[in-house]
Amino acid sequence: MAEPSLAPAGARRRFHPLVELTRARILEFVREPESMFWVFVFPVLLALALGIAFRTQPAETFRVAVETDPAGAARLLELLREAPGLAVTPLDAAEAGRALRTGRVDLVIVPAGAATPDGAPQWTFRYDPTRSESRNARLAADDALQRALGRRDIAAAGEERVVQPGARYIDFLIPGLVGLNLMGSGLWGIGFTVVQLRTQKLLKLFAATPMRRPHFLLSFILSRLLMLVGEVGALIGFGWLLFDVRVHGSWLDLAALSLLGSLAFAGIGLLVAARPRTIEGVSGWMNLVMLPMWIFSGALFSYARFPEAVQPYLRLLPLTALNDALRLVINEGRPLYAGWFELAVLAAYTVISFVLALRFFRWQ
Amino acid sequence: MTEVAQPPAEPPAALRCRRLVKRYPGVLAVDRLDLEVRAGESFGLLGPNGAGKTTTMEILEGLTPADAGEVEVLGRHWGRGGDPALRARLGVQLQTAQLPEKLTVFEAVRLFASFYPAGGDVEAVIRTVELAEKRAARVGKLSGGQRQRLALACALVGDPELLFLDEPTTGLDPQARLKFWELIEACHVRGKTILLTTHYMEEAARLCDRVAIMDHGHVIALGSPAELVAALDAEQIVEFAADAELEAPALAALPGVSAAARRNGAWRLSVRDMGAALPALLAELERRGAALNRLATHQATLEDVFVHLTGRELRDG
Repeated sequence: MAEPSLAPAGARRRFHPLVELTRARILEFVREPESMFWVFVFPVLLALALGIAFRTQPAETFRVAVETDPAGAARLLELLREAPGLAVTPLDAAEAGRALRTGRVDLVIVPAGAATPDGAPQWTFRYDPTRSESRNARLAADDALQRALGRRDIAAAGEERVVQPGARYIDFLIPGLVGLNLMGSGLWGIGFTVVQLRTQKLLKLFAATPMRRPHFLLSFILSRLLMLVGEVGALIGFGWLLFDVRVHGSWLDLAALSLLGSLAFAGIGLLVAARPRTIEGVSGWMNLVMLPMWIFSGALFSYARFPEAVQPYLRLLPLTALNDALRLVINEGRPLYAGWFELAVLAAYTVISFVLALRFFRWQ
Repeated sequence: MTEVAQPPAEPPAALRCRRLVKRYPGVLAVDRLDLEVRAGESFGLLGPNGAGKTTTMEILEGLTPADAGEVEVLGRHWGRGGDPALRARLGVQLQTAQLPEKLTVFEAVRLFASFYPAGGDVEAVIRTVELAEKRAARVGKLSGGQRQRLALACALVGDPELLFLDEPTTGLDPQARLKFWELIEACHVRGKTILLTTHYMEEAARLCDRVAIMDHGHVIALGSPAELVAALDAEQIVEFAADAELEAPALAALPGVSAAARRNGAWRLSVRDMGAALPALLAELERRGAALNRLATHQATLEDVFVHLTGRELRDG
């Protein structure tokens, strides 16, 4: 600071080509506002939207409609007036049918006209048994009606309520979004840039200089690793601040895992971009690689929903491996080596894709 | 890698290729090409688009493998070990390469400098190509001429012995082209060997010690621009159009005329002696009762050499 004019000193200072290539990568990225948005802001917005949509409600309230057309509706409405956990609305038959179809109510109760000789009312539950909230609403409504009519419990059951942070949807979601983001920016960030450099003939120009070719490919990896800190940090920090999603495992494990995941996708990105000559071409390949993983890798919902027979294969997808390992560390707080299988899958993708990419890379 | 000792029989050539062949599907891009560029020489490959100039350059630059033939660059051969060391002695500017738009001029040159073991002074190179005022400007904001000068800076930053320039002024306005020519001349004066391709004859005439005129993948004429023009046996070219049937042999037989050819409905005479040829031509037209629609004369140029050799113009492609 004391000496204001040491200007030429910096001009002649020379860095390793790997440093210069990495610096160029990062400068180009940082100076592109759009890519900044997709890598850093979009995942956070996605987390916010999904977090709100699937937030844990304090206690579930079932929406129940009582058809007002048949006789006996007034009696049922009276019986259900005090029922806990039920929001009861009187609707005419047509309106009730519509409400059930469109999911605005979970259950419709149809009064069955006159009471039985001993004075008990009769009714029919109308609902979709494939909707779990409808099944639950049916149980709750039946319970409330029977109790109001004087049924007594035979056995007494105690209750202990546990709401566990770490088991909510948002806890499941944040690691999945970290995985998705590492995949997306690895593939798009690298694949897109490489093909762009190829169409600009810059790859050819680089190939005409004494630049070592592995340095060029490595610069992509290094720049990805530097950006990784921001990407993972943004999502984890956001989840913690807004939804109290905690990292139960070790931060060091999380860092190491993100690094490995990022390497695997950087390698896949380089491999996908090794040959295509056009942006359209590489976009098609990227989508082909990524779309199955968006669906099958348990990013937004558990892959346990798919048939058990295919699950061992799904676990071989790199994103599945990364997501499973991330949840192991973030949600379950397990040590990293507990996910040895996932680590092996990611390491295999890294090594194989790099070797193939270097082998088949098209410089012009 | 073991080095095979080279017999020091021939004089030093910066570049040499023999019977070079490169085939692309359906095209013979380079057809048994022989070429020799001497050290310190500024050599031009002149020819229309598709003549094989760029392919030849890329083979010499070690970017494209030849299908057959021999290439020697600064006494070395591509792909026999030590390619990066050879590349360190070359400076390459490609016809269509776009430098990274988001980087500044300084950052782009610094990036290229880092590749070269003898990477020079970044600031000095930027001054050499007269971009000092633009050193902090983004590449994307530069004009066409400034971009070409930046490309030249990136090629020069390793202080190369041999400079490859592929159509360096294509698409530039006349002023930017003139400025670029001055820079190339300065490089030449500093002793660098230059190989450039162009389809501008005036560029070749101004910048090159020797020119190889290429067509359909091989060299159809070789020599200094002055020698090539002299070989036309014509100092002047007369172009005219007349509304009469004329025959080439009759026109070529006129005094002072060395050749006559018809192109696109107009006649083109190669003239040794304008003082004799022009009155003779006018008298011939008078005798046939033909009216002269158009008459133009110019000094013979490399363009005329090309037209003479191929019957086509350079820009016809």
